[in-house]
Amino acid sequence: MMRLPLLVRVLRDPAAVRGLDGVGWDLLLRQADAANLDAFLLVLLEDAGLLDAVPAGPRAHLEWTRTGAAGHARAARYEVRQIRKALDGLDVPLILLKGAAYALAGLDAGRGRLFSDIDILVPKARLAEVEAALMMHGWITTHHDEYDQRYYRQWMHELPPMQHARRGNSIDVHHAILPETARVRPDPDSLRACARPIAAEPGLATLAPADMVLHSAVHLFFDGEFDKGLRDLVDLHRLLGEFGAQPGFWDALPARARELQLGRPLFYALRYCPRLLGTVVPPAVRAAVALDGPRGPLLWLMDRLFERALLPLHPSCADAFNGPARFALYVRGNWLRMPPLLLAQHLFHKAFITKHNESQAA
Amino acid sequence: MLTVGSLSRAELEARLSGAGLVLRTGPFANRIRSDVQPLIDGVALMYADYPVDPEGGFVDFHLDFLRSGGLRRWVRSQVHFAYDGTTPFQPLPLGQAYPMLEWTMNWCVSHRAHGYLIIHAAVLEKHGRAIILPAPPGSGKSTLTAALLGHGWRLLSDEMTLVHLDDAVLVPLPRPVSLKNTSIDIIRAFRPDAVLSRPVEETTKGTIAHLKAPRDSIARAAEPARPACIVFPRWEAGAAIALDPMPKARAFMQVADNSFNYQVLGARGFAALGRLIDASDAYTFRYSNLHEAMALFERLAQGAA
Repeated sequence: MMRLPLLVRVLRDPAAVRGLDGVGWDLLLRQADAANLDAFLLVLLEDAGLLDAVPAGPRAHLEWTRTGAAGHARAARYEVRQIRKALDGLDVPLILLKGAAYALAGLDAGRGRLFSDIDILVPKARLAEVEAALMMHGWITTHHDEYDQRYYRQWMHELPPMQHARRGNSIDVHHAILPETARVRPDPDSLRACARPIAAEPGLATLAPADMVLHSAVHLFFDGEFDKGLRDLVDLHRLLGEFGAQPGFWDALPARARELQLGRPLFYALRYCPRLLGTVVPPAVRAAVALDGPRGPLLWLMDRLFERALLPLHPSCADAFNGPARFALYVRGNWLRMPPLLLAQHLFHKAFITKHNESQAA
Repeated sequence: MLTVGSLSRAELEARLSGAGLVLRTGPFANRIRSDVQPLIDGVALMYADYPVDPEGGFVDFHLDFLRSGGLRRWVRSQVHFAYDGTTPFQPLPLGQAYPMLEWTMNWCVSHRAHGYLIIHAAVLEKHGRAIILPAPPGSGKSTLTAALLGHGWRLLSDEMTLVHLDDAVLVPLPRPVSLKNTSIDIIRAFRPDAVLSRPVEETTKGTIAHLKAPRDSIARAAEPARPACIVFPRWEAGAAIALDPMPKARAFMQVADNSFNYQVLGARGFAALGRLIDASDAYTFRYSNLHEAMALFERLAQGAA
């Protein structure tokens, strides 16, 4: 493996900040900023008791980040409660996904984790009611192009993103965690059936711990875009750290992954979390998922690709192969989303017809 | 102390095209890299008196302004802004490179520096009394600021008032004053000594020229000021001069509306703004004649309204 970037070395061992000079701090904060991990860096240094050793310049930036992140968290909680209020009376179980779930459930992964969109999961049969209720409370669809509307409604696992007309916050309403057209289709009924209510937030729920890990893994490793790849890997690292201490979690995880057809993304999560972040995974669990991974030359290739794409998206972390690696994973991500003919049609439409329409409108 | 003006043009260009020029503005260090001549011209003229920080230290903001490559290098060339590798804004015509530097430096502060309550307002000081001029564009805030700078006022900022969160003192960020459209000729006539950058036409804000900040204001950038007044100015053709007290509750709400990060700061922003309003008299101010305005502001500096 290449020499790890400074940020990754600090994520593995916060004490690595000791002895950093001005240029070192400068680089660390820029990498954290580019990776969307600046607020997490603050949490990490604070937990390690290292904050008072930070020189004045970078310390000021970390305090700016603290303020910005607190404001962000306040606004996000408010937004989640507005969504719950909007859906009150529909008797739809409201399951939060990703960042909103970590924050509202008070998970370790939610501390210092910023999120711009709020993701929720509702039953597919109730989508129309949910959409109508959100519209009545000020959320409007953001994609006005007819093709985009059809793309989401027919093929995707979510409604076109909605944005609040006054507050500008976005909500993604999901009915599944992978597109209708994807090669694997984790059963949304099973995910919802295992959901856990959040004790302190009546009316809100999260996925079960194993499902949260699997959703995070599929979101990271089946997607085509890795601009927040390291942030997502840190999510996995922290979820595994917290849930891994709960009895029975590790034993059930591989079986649950196979039940949801998500053995491959779990394999990747349990490979790259330890390799990049030093996550502790019991050897028996790694052995149990070994057969779900690629083998031989393909594994060698995926290592080369992921271990580039998962680094911070910052000029200081890129080698000559970084661009091609990200492009290859982008193609792969689309490949996993749609069958080839449909994908070709979609890319053709995006490349020529949407562009043409946009230039006509401009 | 090394200043931009003490570098030769060749040294300035070498820094800008190499590791970057680390320009100190108030509490912030900005690392600027560029190969764009109109931007270099603007920096050389407007920032001659500013300190240059040594290499190898911690830098607050990283700004790159690079000229288009390929065919665009020669035909309708543009300037591309990158913040440490990300591109938050569309490119602009090459001639707008210097105003773009000013706008993006403002953006860095207003989007990141949450150690201050940041108000969209000019702020000046005389005899130890600072006056804040919050105002939407078009109210004549910058024209008034540029005029006052010729009458012994110290510039803290033309665009962003930084209120310290703990003790409500005002932290200077003296930078060039942005003049738009007819203001440019008004200030040329009112202050023949003023140093202005070359006017840039057809920007999204119309024609823009910047006025160089007074050397003394730049030298005193580390010296905070105590707030005395908040004055909401409004220029109106032919209007009689009028300074009317404004209820503090209304001043509070209007300053909050003119703040970049009041919402982000939450309770700390509320407390800081409360201390600022407590320490200040608030007025609305209507004027048409700059000479009359100068006399009235002199009375405010003396502590009488």
